Amino acid sequence: MYPALLLAAEPSRLISLGGIDIAIIAIYFVVVLIIGFYLKGQSSTGEDFFMAGREMTAWIAGLSFLSANLGSLELMGWAAAAYQYGILATHWYWIGAIPAMLFLGIVMMPFYYISKTHSVPGYLQLRFGEPSRALSAVSFGFMTVLMSGINMYSMALVMKVVLGWDINFSIWVSSITVAIYVALGGLRSAIFNEVLQFILIWVGALVIPIVGMIEAGGWDGMVARIHQNFPGQDYTHLWSTMGSFTDNPMGIHWTGIVLGLGWVISFGYWTTDFLVVQRVLAAKDLRAAKMAPIIGATFKMFVPAIVILPGLLALAVLPFKLTGEDVALATGGHSYNEVLPIMLARYCGPGLLGLGITALIAGFMSGMAGNVSAFATVWTYDIYRAFWKKDADDAHYVSMGRWCTILGVLVSIGTAYMVMEFKSIMDYVQALFSFFIAPLFGTVILGMLWKRATGPGGFWGLLSGTVASVAMWGWVKMDPSAIRYIALSPNAKDMAENMYRALWSWLICVIVTVVVSLLTEPKPEKELAGLVYGCTEIPSEAQVPMYQRPMFWAVIVIVVFLILQIMFW
Amino acid sequence: MPKNISIWFFTGALLLIYGVLILATGVWALSHPPEHPVVLASLHIDIWWGVLLTLIGLLYCWKFAPGKE
Repeated sequence: MYPALLLAAEPSRLISLGGIDIAIIAIYFVVVLIIGFYLKGQSSTGEDFFMAGREMTAWIAGLSFLSANLGSLELMGWAAAAYQYGILATHWYWIGAIPAMLFLGIVMMPFYYISKTHSVPGYLQLRFGEPSRALSAVSFGFMTVLMSGINMYSMALVMKVVLGWDINFSIWVSSITVAIYVALGGLRSAIFNEVLQFILIWVGALVIPIVGMIEAGGWDGMVARIHQNFPGQDYTHLWSTMGSFTDNPMGIHWTGIVLGLGWVISFGYWTTDFLVVQRVLAAKDLRAAKMAPIIGATFKMFVPAIVILPGLLALAVLPFKLTGEDVALATGGHSYNEVLPIMLARYCGPGLLGLGITALIAGFMSGMAGNVSAFATVWTYDIYRAFWKKDADDAHYVSMGRWCTILGVLVSIGTAYMVMEFKSIMDYVQALFSFFIAPLFGTVILGMLWKRATGPGGFWGLLSGTVASVAMWGWVKMDPSAIRYIALSPNAKDMAENMYRALWSWLICVIVTVVVSLLTEPKPEKELAGLVYGCTEIPSEAQVPMYQRPMFWAVIVIVVFLILQIMFW
Repeated sequence: MPKNISIWFFTGALLLIYGVLILATGVWALSHPPEHPVVLASLHIDIWWGVLLTLIGLLYCWKFAPGKE
């Protein structure tokens, strides 16, 4: 879910930190390590280490669910996208997240939670059998550590661009800290730190939109200044420029946003990516598990205030224009990707600057902790226990989980250095990761909602959807003009290709799953109890007061979501 | 260390420390203005933000103090 964040090869320092700023950053590192050591004693069983004892409240699970996604590259990348594309970038926070998060809470969470699975591949094993689990677990584990390494490298490069820090120093200090607190306290430690990081991201980044709006003269003043600075261009409307591929800077049609992003990519990521789903599985009961994504969605709706708004404010108030990376390198100017640190330096003096940089570091560490804790669980339960050592005791698997966390961090560091040497790897791995998301959503949603889906149907659907996605990507790589078939227009750009490729691979997965399922023998209904709609008894909420029901809050969130679409239409 | 310290207590403690540091830095800057002030420095956003973080930190430390049910 990251935009491409291209970074300078030979950057110069953007911000200088004072003693107080360094102290604020150092205190943050000390506190996260204290939390890790404190929680070590509470992570002695597999259920504690991998599932945080399944005792998190809805608030903690919900904030952690969101925080695991709110990495620093997410913050900086989408702020850059907002400067480049305007408010269109908000689609990735609203239609590209809110409906899917609510769907996870209301429709899918009961099956994940009642089945007592420890992971998404674990659910696939219960529903479709070992082959589907193996395919999903291996691809997830492999891609997760690679993505973690790419993010680590990008973050270290950001630290070099912004602060002039040595890349090796940034990589090793931040990753060793994450390795220590996750290896000590497992998922519980990762979740606790993610909640802390979530708060820090908000208190560190919120200064920019507040002071920025004062400088710009409110929303109307900001829009007027943008029109003055960029005459003839529309940066402040969400939907009105989506009627044609050529009417908006993203080169995308509204069907791509609604069906590709809003349906397949968003639902695939938020409902089947174990990195985020793991946080919700740690909830203390079903109602908390259903409420957690709704709480996450509520906060997600307001994240554009600290990500998109700084990008828009930069369009309005900066006395110079930001450019693409190549132009910035050639001219010695600043690129889109530096917009958030530039705005931070514009409004934040000593102390606040340290807090803002801490927010970026916290974002990076929460994302990395999410990756390695999810990797440790999938590796230990869905690969090691499933295929190597089935009958070891609980302590053995906890020990494996701790070592896996360290191994995951080391592989991530190795990937970071590999990317440093061969930068094109970054594009390939990000594309590879996207190959699995859309088909996996097709497999999981059919598994949960259609009793007739069979094991072979699930496996062949997942495999064919993934292969089709890779094939479409390779086709456009070899012949760029093929985009007119994939994205339905020769005017479509990369973003549109991603959306439509996801849509086609999801459709292929669904069609193959349905056809193969109809040709193979169905599973007996008694084996589907707790896994599928119609075979699962979902506890009634009739006795729960209206204001405590997840559905009540989901309706409120969706109404606010719709109001926001109309307000910024 | 006491068992069952809430994450909200850790959060409150960190915000309290940050609030005090940022507030102190903001007050210091009143008598020692920086050579290159930030945009809208006259708002003294660091003082306001420091006060806000200190108050939130105090509230969370008090409400979620270890041993308090």
